[in-house]
Amino acid sequence: MTASEILSLTAVQLGKKIKEGEVTSPEAVKAVLGQIKAMEPELNSYVTIDEEGALKQAEEIQKRIESGELTGPLAGVPAAVKDNICMEGLKTTCSSKILSDFVPTYNAKAVENLKQAGAVIIGKTNMDEFAMGSTTETSAFGVTRNPWNPEHVPGGSSGGSCAAVAAAECFFALGSDTGGSIRQPASFCGVTGLKPTYGTISRYGLIAYGSSLDQIGPVAKDVTDCAAILEVLASHDGMDSTSVQREDYEFTRYLTGEVKGLKVGIPADYMGEGLEPEVKEAVLKAAKVLEEKGAVVETFDLGMVEYAIPAYYVIASAEASSNLSRFDGVKYGYRAKEYTGLHGMYKKSRSEGFGPEVKRRIMLGSFVLSSGYYDAYYLKALKTKALIKKAFDEAFSKYDVILGPAAPTTAPRLGESLSDPLKMYLGDIYTISVNLAGLPGLSVPFGTDEKGLPIGVQLIADCFQEKNILRAGFAVEQSRTYKMPSLAAKAMREKEEK
Amino acid sequence: MSKQYETVIGLEVHVELATKTKIFCSCSTEFGGAPNTHTCPVCTGMPGSLPVLNKQVVEYALAVGLAANCQINQNCKFDRKNYFYPDNPQNYQISQLYLPICHDGYVEIDTAAGKKKIGIHEIHMEEDAGKLIHDEWEDCSLVDFNRSGVPLIEIVSEPDMRSADEVIAYLEKLRLIIQYLGASDCKLQEGSMRADVNLSVREAGASQFGTRTEMKNLNSFKAIARAIEGERKRQIELIEDGKAVVQETRRWDDNKESSHAMRSKEDAKDYRYFPDPDLPPISISDEWIQSIKEKQPELRTEKMARYQEEYSLSEYDADIITGSKHMADIFEQVTAICQKPKEAANWLMVEGMRLLKEHEMEMENMTFSAENLAKLIVLVDNGTINRTVAKEVFEQIFLNDIDPERYVEEKGLKVVSDEGALKSAIEAILAANPQSVEDYRNGKEKAMGFLVGQTMRSMKGKADPGAVNRILKELLG
Repeated sequence: MTASEILSLTAVQLGKKIKEGEVTSPEAVKAVLGQIKAMEPELNSYVTIDEEGALKQAEEIQKRIESGELTGPLAGVPAAVKDNICMEGLKTTCSSKILSDFVPTYNAKAVENLKQAGAVIIGKTNMDEFAMGSTTETSAFGVTRNPWNPEHVPGGSSGGSCAAVAAAECFFALGSDTGGSIRQPASFCGVTGLKPTYGTISRYGLIAYGSSLDQIGPVAKDVTDCAAILEVLASHDGMDSTSVQREDYEFTRYLTGEVKGLKVGIPADYMGEGLEPEVKEAVLKAAKVLEEKGAVVETFDLGMVEYAIPAYYVIASAEASSNLSRFDGVKYGYRAKEYTGLHGMYKKSRSEGFGPEVKRRIMLGSFVLSSGYYDAYYLKALKTKALIKKAFDEAFSKYDVILGPAAPTTAPRLGESLSDPLKMYLGDIYTISVNLAGLPGLSVPFGTDEKGLPIGVQLIADCFQEKNILRAGFAVEQSRTYKMPSLAAKAMREKEEK
Repeated sequence: MSKQYETVIGLEVHVELATKTKIFCSCSTEFGGAPNTHTCPVCTGMPGSLPVLNKQVVEYALAVGLAANCQINQNCKFDRKNYFYPDNPQNYQISQLYLPICHDGYVEIDTAAGKKKIGIHEIHMEEDAGKLIHDEWEDCSLVDFNRSGVPLIEIVSEPDMRSADEVIAYLEKLRLIIQYLGASDCKLQEGSMRADVNLSVREAGASQFGTRTEMKNLNSFKAIARAIEGERKRQIELIEDGKAVVQETRRWDDNKESSHAMRSKEDAKDYRYFPDPDLPPISISDEWIQSIKEKQPELRTEKMARYQEEYSLSEYDADIITGSKHMADIFEQVTAICQKPKEAANWLMVEGMRLLKEHEMEMENMTFSAENLAKLIVLVDNGTINRTVAKEVFEQIFLNDIDPERYVEEKGLKVVSDEGALKSAIEAILAANPQSVEDYRNGKEKAMGFLVGQTMRSMKGKADPGAVNRILKELLG
């Protein structure tokens, strides 16, 4: 197979071909490394590329596949990992100066699970600093650009993972989602992203942002890949007290295309003011697809939508202010060169090590937790969170799936968002409540706008009901063919011609 | 001092629990060990690591709470206490503020005026911090995380104590309860039990409390008593001088017998407590509480009754022996081997206590093996050595844990029962002390004692005093 033929495959397709001997894992890794070389100067999807390590892993894994030891669908498939997920011996920076030289001594559970399945980890992807941002522009290591149009952002915070998958710089990637950080960039980059039910994938080794909201999830080319990757990642982990023992760890069995009788609700509150007409149209078209296949689609009032963003920014920032206090220049990471005294060291190291968006959220979080304000902000936000969960409970008493947009717009231009953080925060309106309620959410690409930028639709299910969104997402996806950004396709063609 | 003042004291007692592993990871809690060898990503606060609660910590906290007559929060949770300090790897301590595991209990103490209940406000679970070592030579500080994550409970009393005596009685009571439960060894000097004293004074009869201070760095019962006296005086002097007591934390210096202010209320930190999102609430079922109650070991009062019943010890002896869990343990072990409870109790209470005092040792430092004391009791019982020699041997057991059989053999301390040798030794004594012989024959009974003493001395204490008496009487006719 040629490199461009290999790179056009999905993860599951590649895994199958490797098993069948049509292509080897080292060949796939070399194809990906070639694509990375061609694309990275333009995109900057990666913080760290482990060329040598990846080739070595691929050789070993290839042998284990041939000996029949590794038989899973992802064996030999090159993958990338977001840079807030720890990997032993490989720099893990959270795209922050404060962790610019941090090398973990252990693997995250999700990485362990990937390695056990025989995936080859190519490198660590760029992100908004500490996952705080919606554009991947707050990274200390430069912005990542959208492969569909490099003048636009890839979304965030898992922008590096989504751009890398879209540009065929890997076959799939791990992202993390605290308020939409998988689903929103997936929609901006025209790839599929899944945030599972809170507790499904162990957070052990995920550098925490908002612990009660953070969840690791897959970014891939299609729903089938997402389901297969989720099967590998999901496990009950004794090292994470919030990890849950699920009844159901099989997800690929729901990829049947069968949605007859599935009850789908579209929240009217998601379709009003602030939503770009082209995105709205895409959602309605996706609804039509499901209806044609036998699903029952209705519009309803979800409620509580306008309270999700303030509640989220209070809770996530409060947790972040505490989670990020361990980065103090004492044990690891960045320490200021010159300082006087212990508190001088803390202040200077943290002032120099953290970027402005992280500082903003640490200050916000410290404020809402401070004595005299705790009840008015933090406690109230927790109550709001409970009410949002209740609103979803009511909705799921009537519907199997909630359908809506993943983001109000397609990818904004570089530099447009950071100047107005409040407006940027409002962009999370459709994804955030899913984290507050702990629900699974799936973003599926569904066409492009007139500028040629991808649009994603979002499918939400009740806790532990991933099967419903996988079923619906697969049906929606079957109505279209996967499209690669022309930039990535061009790079592949040019390499071939040489 | 014309006015009468009342001292009001409340205590915050930290107790290190005796679990084998730390509160949130599986690292060893063993004391000592090279720096940073009992550590992992969790207890060193590595990015991405997460805490998982050690169930044994909850069980010990429950056991102490139940023994201290507390209410149990059956749905309790952990909170984060946020503050920056290098011994605290996450820069927050996982503790309990909003829903501590136990609350509203009491323990009863004996005072001069009779029994008194000291209220327990709450008991909560938390993690210990690491240890900072300041290197004077290199001008730097190093941190050892071996203690980081060692489980603690903090027992907060109500302000119910009125004197140092009551404070000591309360602490001794707590220590006994906890030691009997096996939840901690409660060694003040090694820091496995630490007490902070909250103290205020007010005019006798006043209904309002005065402004209190908190005293830290108290490493022994004696230091606690001295600190209470010192702080009481300091506060009264301030009030008499018309000055105000400042609410502050003070550090006691036991060498100088004085304290200095560490921080005042104004610069008290805002710890920004909030529920730890990494640890789900702990649900404590009725069944769990019941099973802890059933597993509760024999406490002191039960032990005292059993010693009188089973071993026929006097109430006085049983009280002293059970006054320390450690002593009671040794007593039971010795008795189990030699079946001589009264002898075992006597050795521990008389010679053991004397030597502890002489060497200024804590009860817990009495570490000789029960087997050696049991052997000594047998040696005395079967007449191999006499009591005088036995005291010397006991001291060797107490200090160096020697094997008494070998020691007696090597030092030749066995009772001389060879009649011939004894007789010739006595004859020599009689020949050397004609005055005493005459005195005795003239009816001075006291002379007999002198002659026995001289004989014993010449035999280096190894003679059987009974035999010496008998032979002397024979020879003096």
